[in-house]
Amino acid sequence: MGLLSDPNRRKALTGLLTRLNTPICIVCYLAGIVWFMGLAFEPFTLRTYMSENAMGSTMVEERFSSGERALSLAKEFDAHKRKAGGMPVEWLVKAMQSRGLEVFTQSFSRKLPFPDENKERYMVRGTNVYGILRAPRAPRTEALVITAPCSPGNTNNQAVALLLALAQYFRNQIYWAKDIIFLVNEHDLIGTQAWLEGYHHTNITGMEYSPLQGRAGSIQAALSLELSSDVITSLDLVLEGLNGQLPNLDLANLFYAFCQKLGVLCTIQGKLQRNDWDTAEGYTHAAQTMMLMVLKQACGRSWGDHGLFLRYHIEAASVRGINSFRHYKTDATTIGRLLEGMVRKLNNLLERLHQSYFFYLLPSLSRFVSIGYYMPAFGLLAVILLLRALDLWVHLGAPALAAVDGVTEAEQPSSPGVLTVLTPVVISHLTGVALYLLPVHLQEMAVEHFPVSETEAVVLTAIAIYTAGLALPHNTQRALYAVVMVLLSPAFTILYCVFIYQELIEAPVSVSEGWMLFLSVISQGILDHALYGSLVYPLLALFIYPCWLMFWNILFWN
Amino acid sequence: MNYCNLITIFAFINLLVSIPHGYSNYVETKAGQFFSSGHTNNWAVLVCTSRFWFNYRHVANTLSVYRSVKRLGIPDSHIVLMLADDMACNYRNPKPATVFSHKNMELNVYGDDVEVDYRGYEVTVENFLRVLTGRLPPSTPRSKRLLSDDRSNILIYLTGHGGNGFLKFQDSEEISNMELADAFEQMWQKRRYNELLFIIDTCQGASMYERFYSPNLMALASSQVGEDSLSHQPDLGIGVHLMDKYTFYLLEFLEEVHPASQANMNDLFKVCPQSQCVSTPGHRTDLFQRDPGSVLITDFFGSVRKVEITKDTINLTSPVEPPIKRSGSSDIQIESLTYVDQLPVAEIIHQKPKQKDWHPPDGFILGLWTLILLVFFQTYGIKHLKHIF
Repeated sequence: MGLLSDPNRRKALTGLLTRLNTPICIVCYLAGIVWFMGLAFEPFTLRTYMSENAMGSTMVEERFSSGERALSLAKEFDAHKRKAGGMPVEWLVKAMQSRGLEVFTQSFSRKLPFPDENKERYMVRGTNVYGILRAPRAPRTEALVITAPCSPGNTNNQAVALLLALAQYFRNQIYWAKDIIFLVNEHDLIGTQAWLEGYHHTNITGMEYSPLQGRAGSIQAALSLELSSDVITSLDLVLEGLNGQLPNLDLANLFYAFCQKLGVLCTIQGKLQRNDWDTAEGYTHAAQTMMLMVLKQACGRSWGDHGLFLRYHIEAASVRGINSFRHYKTDATTIGRLLEGMVRKLNNLLERLHQSYFFYLLPSLSRFVSIGYYMPAFGLLAVILLLRALDLWVHLGAPALAAVDGVTEAEQPSSPGVLTVLTPVVISHLTGVALYLLPVHLQEMAVEHFPVSETEAVVLTAIAIYTAGLALPHNTQRALYAVVMVLLSPAFTILYCVFIYQELIEAPVSVSEGWMLFLSVISQGILDHALYGSLVYPLLALFIYPCWLMFWNILFWN
Repeated sequence: MNYCNLITIFAFINLLVSIPHGYSNYVETKAGQFFSSGHTNNWAVLVCTSRFWFNYRHVANTLSVYRSVKRLGIPDSHIVLMLADDMACNYRNPKPATVFSHKNMELNVYGDDVEVDYRGYEVTVENFLRVLTGRLPPSTPRSKRLLSDDRSNILIYLTGHGGNGFLKFQDSEEISNMELADAFEQMWQKRRYNELLFIIDTCQGASMYERFYSPNLMALASSQVGEDSLSHQPDLGIGVHLMDKYTFYLLEFLEEVHPASQANMNDLFKVCPQSQCVSTPGHRTDLFQRDPGSVLITDFFGSVRKVEITKDTINLTSPVEPPIKRSGSSDIQIESLTYVDQLPVAEIIHQKPKQKDWHPPDGFILGLWTLILLVFFQTYGIKHLKHIF
C-alpha cells in the first residue's frame, strides 16, 4: 500500500509530524534565513552575461563629441527655467525643432488625494515636451525613449542638456532602425505617468491629459537620465520600478558592459563593487547591496522615472550621475558616448528584451542571483505555515480518535459555531477596509477638529485606526505575548525597515528622525497607491493587517 | 642532275606534304584531348542561410564567393545565388548599398551588378532541394533553376549556422546531412552533374559531408565535428563581424587565381590551416574519380572555355578517350546506367502467351471436394472404399 493510504504508516508519519513539529519549523526558519543571506556570498552567485544575441559581443566605436556644448546648454536651460518659473516650454520646443525633431507637447493635471509635503496643493498641473527623431529608412513601427526630468531648482539641468546634445548627434546618423523619442517631463513621475497613459491610450489612475499629437510605434526600451552637476565621478544604475518590478537583466548587463568599455565608475544602490569577496567586509558589502535591493522592491514605489514604463512591458532603467568628490572624474562626452553606445546596441534589437531574467537580485553589478536561487528560501519559510496547519489539523482530528478508543472521556469540547468564528474574521477585515478607506476620506473632518495639516491628518488617522483595532479583545493575562505581538506587527516591521534602510545606505538616523521618516513613508505609500496604482498599501491594509488582527484576537481568545 | 639535288628536292617535297599531315595529327590529338576532359559548362549554387543583422558575415561570405566565381567567368545565368536576408539595404547599415568583406571597408563585395535569385524568405530547405534536384514547378523562371546536364561541373557553397549533422535555415528549419546526400544521389541518377565541389563554412561543417555516397563528389569544410568556425574581424564603424575566417582566407586565395592559372585542388586544401583558422578545415576526396592534384581550381570556380582556332578540317575518327583514372585506387565500378523502360514495346509487339505458374487448388475447390467425399462416405460407408480402389 501507499505511504499515505496505509493507516499504520500514516499514523507513524503524523506522529512524527506532531512530535517534531516545533523543531522542524525552527530548522526551516533558520535554513531559510541562512540560505537567503548566503546568496550574497560570491561563489554562490553567477557572473552576469549578455543573453540577447542581437546585442552581441561587438562594440561600435562611439563618436559623440559635444559634451562641452551640452554643459553650456545646461546653463542656458537653467536660466530659462528660472525665468519661466517652471518648465520653459517654448524654449524647449524651439531647441528640439532646431535639432530636426518632430516636437509635440502634452498638458496634464491631477488632483492629489491630499497635498503632499512637496506639492502643498491639491492640484498639480504640468506640461510634457517630447521630440521624435524619425528613423531615416525604417518604417515607424518601433521606438526607443530617452527621458530626462525637468525638476525645479538646480537639479537635472545637465540631463536635459545632454539629451538635446544627443538628439543633435543622433539626427546626423543614418543607421537608426527605430524612432527615438526624447522626452522632458515635468513633475517627475506624474508627468511620466500622464505621457505613458496618453501614449498607450489608457486611463488607469484618473489623470487628465491632453491627447498626444505625435506617436512613434511600440516602445522597445527606455532610458532615464538624471545628471545634476557638471562634474560626474560615478554613474548609478537604478532598476527598481513600481511594485518592485525590475527590467530585464540584459539592460543592466548592457550598462555594465559599456561602463567597462569606457572606463566609467559604475555603482548600484550607490555602492561601488569590491574585489575581496572572501573577507568579512566584502561579504557584508555584497549582502548590504542585496538587502537594499530587497527593501527598495518591497516598498513598491518607483525609484526613478523609469519605473512606470515597466508596467507596459517596456524595459527601462535610470542612469543617475553622482558627484562624490573623488579624484577620478568623468566628463560629459564620455557619458554621452556611454549613452550613444547603449542606444545603438538597443537599436540592433529585433524583439523586445526577453532572453535574460526578469526576477533577480544583484549583490553587485557583475553578479546576479536569479529567482530560482532565492525562491527556495521563501519556500522554506512557507513550509512552516504548511507544517503548522497540518499539525493543527491532526490535533483537531485527535479528540475523536481518543473517544473511539473506549476510554471514558469528558464530553467532547463543543465545536465552535460558525458565528463565533465568523465574527472576529469579519471585524478584522472591516478594520482593514477602514484602514484603507478612511484616512483619505476623513481628512477634512480631522483638519476641522485638530490643528494639523492634511498630510499629517491622513497619517495620524491611519495610525489611530490601526491602534483602535488592538482594543478589541479583553483578556489581559498574557502581557508578554501581547508586547511581542505588537513588536512584530506590520507597523513596527515598517519602522524597523526604515531604520535598517537608513543603516544600509550609510546614513543612520536618530529615533525622532526615524519616526518622522516613518510617518512620511506612510503618507508616501498612500499617495503612491492613489497616483500610480502601487499595491503595497492595499496589500498591507486589506490583507496583512487583518491577518495580524485575527492572530491578536486568537491570542486573547476568551 | 645531281643525285643529292634530287634527294633534297624529294625530301623537301616529302616534308612539304608531311607537314600539314603532321599538323593535322597534332590537331587531332589536341581535339582528342578536348573531349577527354570531363565538363563543358560550369554552374554555381551559393547559399547563405542566416537572417538578421548580426549574421552580416554570412551574407558577406556568400557574396565574396559569388564575386570570385563571376570574376573567373561563370555568368549570372549559371549562378543560383540564395541570400536569406538583405544586409545592404538593412536599416542598421551605416553604409547603405554595400556589403564589406575587409575591415576599413576595403572591398565592397556587393558591387553594382549582383543578381540575387532567391531572396529573403524564399531561401528554404524545400527550395534549395528543389533547385538541386530540378523538381521545380513549370512557372519557375530560368534564373531560379539549376539547368545543369551530365557535363556540368557544379560548385555548391553553403554558409550559416550549423551543428553536428545539420545546417540551420532562416532560424526556423534545418537540413540534415542525410537529406543533402540523398539530394546529391538524385542529382547523380538524373545525370545532373559531371563533378561536384561542395564547400561549407559553418560550425562543425565536416559533419555535413560525412554521409555522401554518390560518385564524383569532392567536399571541403571549415571545421571538424566538435569545433566551431570562428568569425574574423569586427568592423568598428559598422558594428558587426564582417567575414568568417575560413571564407576570408578562401577569398584571399581566390583573388590570386585568374582564368588561366594552373592552381589545383591541393592548393585549395591548404587554405586556412589551423594556425590561421583556429578550427581544422577538412576535406573529402574518396568519392572523386580524378586525382585532386590534376583538378584545376578553374574547373569549378571559373568557366574556362576551351577554344582552339584552326583553319583545317579535322577527321575525328578515334573514339573519345576515357578520363584519366586515378592511380592506385578506383574500385568504383560504373555500370552503364540506363533509364527504366517506360513502355515494354518488345513484349507488346511479340505477344507471346504468358506461361501461368501452377498453383495448388484454391481453398474453395478443395473444400468442395472434401464435402463431396464426406457426403459419399457418410452415405455409403467406409467399406465401400473397395469400390473405388
